[in-house]
Amino acid sequence: MDPFIKYSSIVIPVDRSNIDTDAIIPKQFLKSVEKSGFGDNLFDAWRYLDQGEPGEDCSDRPRNEAFVLNQEPYCQGRILLARENFGCGSSREHAVWALRDFGIRTVIAGSFADIFFNNCFKNGVLPIVLPGADIDWLFNRDLSDEPVELEVDLERQALTTDDGRVYRFEIDDFKKNCLLQGLDDIALTLRHENEIQDYETRRAVEAPWLFGDLPSTDRV
Amino acid sequence: MTARTLYDKLWDDHLVRQSDDGTALIYIDRQLLHEVTSPQAFAGLREAGRQPRRRAANLAVADHNVPTTDRNAGIVDPVSRLQVQTLDSNCAEFGITEFDMADPRQGVVHVVGPEQGVTQPGMTIVCGDSHTATHGALGALAFGIGTSEVEHVLATQCLVARKMQNLRITLTGPLPEGIASKDMILAVIGLIGTSGGTGYAMEFAGSAVREASIEARMTLCNMAIEGGARAGLVGVDEATVSYMAGRPYVPSGSAFDNAAVAWREMVSDPDAAFDLEFELDVSRLRPQVTWGTSPEMVVSIDDVVPDPENAPDGNRTQDWVRALEYMGLESGTPINQIPLDKVFIGACTNGRIEDLRAAAAVANGRTVASGIKQALVVPGSGLVKRQAESEGLDEVFRNAGFEWREPGCSMCLAMNADRLDPGERCAATSNRNFEGRQGYGGRTHLVSPAMAAAAAITGCFTDPNEL
Repeated sequence: MDPFIKYSSIVIPVDRSNIDTDAIIPKQFLKSVEKSGFGDNLFDAWRYLDQGEPGEDCSDRPRNEAFVLNQEPYCQGRILLARENFGCGSSREHAVWALRDFGIRTVIAGSFADIFFNNCFKNGVLPIVLPGADIDWLFNRDLSDEPVELEVDLERQALTTDDGRVYRFEIDDFKKNCLLQGLDDIALTLRHENEIQDYETRRAVEAPWLFGDLPSTDRV
Repeated sequence: MTARTLYDKLWDDHLVRQSDDGTALIYIDRQLLHEVTSPQAFAGLREAGRQPRRRAANLAVADHNVPTTDRNAGIVDPVSRLQVQTLDSNCAEFGITEFDMADPRQGVVHVVGPEQGVTQPGMTIVCGDSHTATHGALGALAFGIGTSEVEHVLATQCLVARKMQNLRITLTGPLPEGIASKDMILAVIGLIGTSGGTGYAMEFAGSAVREASIEARMTLCNMAIEGGARAGLVGVDEATVSYMAGRPYVPSGSAFDNAAVAWREMVSDPDAAFDLEFELDVSRLRPQVTWGTSPEMVVSIDDVVPDPENAPDGNRTQDWVRALEYMGLESGTPINQIPLDKVFIGACTNGRIEDLRAAAAVANGRTVASGIKQALVVPGSGLVKRQAESEGLDEVFRNAGFEWREPGCSMCLAMNADRLDPGERCAATSNRNFEGRQGYGGRTHLVSPAMAAAAAITGCFTDPNEL
């Protein structure tokens, strides 16, 4: 995973609450067995006027010009702004892969759904929760004639607007370090191999039925 | 000792390691795998040269992409076919048990797990699927994860997690005749909103839950995620223990008795404290119908399509306007006068035998309305299908004009060939009414199995009790 490095960008304002992962990446693109190649289909049903299919060249598809992702300067943005409960619904990590493929490494929202929130960190994407009033201010400013440019500084846990406003955000230390260093979660967990082994040994005595061999390919 | 909730107990039992920064390593007893969210996880293992830590803790089943028509014809869509074949080859390569498409036990992963006894009380269960919450009905801590976490569990049998908070939803009854657990959970989501349970494990309690069957409890827990909670939970009682007995992967004899002793501990202590509580009296609950594009946009059969001016706040007004536009509905239209195009009965929410019985009871001796283009009944698993056929339910449905299909996720999310066409309106027993969920431009209304059957008969939303 690439380390998260401080960057600045225009903000893409998607002014809706409860944006679900079906909207972020529709189901037909989940048939892929790859982790990349989803960027052109990010928000597919909102971004295009026709129904997209996996593997299709999107350059000739009719675009929905009313959707921000098709408008200058927002289409250059690498930060997404939304309202409450962003990423609700399906657990599909493809939603984060689509955002990341598009180049979005930061999503700012009033709140996030739990599974999406976790998935972000596995892919170097930073989800930031801000209070409603700050979200309102950012939307107002971003949708004005002078769209806001933000600097995202994870090290300092600060968002700085182009006119010098600073928003501090919270993040747990473990997740912050993983993002900053681009750490592989699995390797970190495997450092605790002995503790996992001890747990299994103890638990197999307490609750042996949990360790019965599940597999049997016999048909009923 | 401090009184603990069921979730506290499950957490404590599975804690491998607690870090000072608040994160923990928790042990996962079971992982369920399906074809959509696992290929990249297996690819990750392969790239890193890792093997599954405990093959025996995993069970795989293809469900999202499988056809519900003649299985012998295979999967026509080459992209869907490749995804299912990829699951087959990954399971063969990594030595993981799979119920493949031809296996009579195949079905929707959340129907198969409990049915086989792969899901057991007191376990931690994960799957790359948000409706894993379903399994919490058996007193297990079950929740959906992303594909990176699927790989993490395969490799380490653990997850890095932070403890959630405790939420209790108390449903007091009795539940009126003809009202289903689907109506209860839709009403709960209407009450708390789709993010009301975010950050919480959602335990269902109260007399209406105790009186509910295990399958009905699964419907409640299934949609905990639609209320924002990753995990739904119901404490173990004698109904749970009886449900477990005799299932293929459940121990028997004295091993069962020992397990049952531990399972009975899987309840919240009487004095346990919850961080958040809601209570709902369901004794006068009416059949529920969603009108919009979020499960919280729900009303009862006697209501009208709401006015966005009555939305809780300004931002919501915009969302409601957009939802009405997408759904092609006008404020003030009586719910029971909205004409439908299709009906879908099935999914991990309502594809179990009791659901099919409830729908069949309504369909029996009646005929699907001429305006309905298609009424699908898709059993949750091959064994549910077999059971329904042994009771003659397939005949009841066929005689009424429903299509009787093979098991799978089907039109809940339309990854196979079963879908809505743009603009079509569907009464569905599934769990999500998001834009495009059942097909590009399709319009979904979530209802109970009895209501779905009643709607197929009249062509409009109808209180099944009034038929």
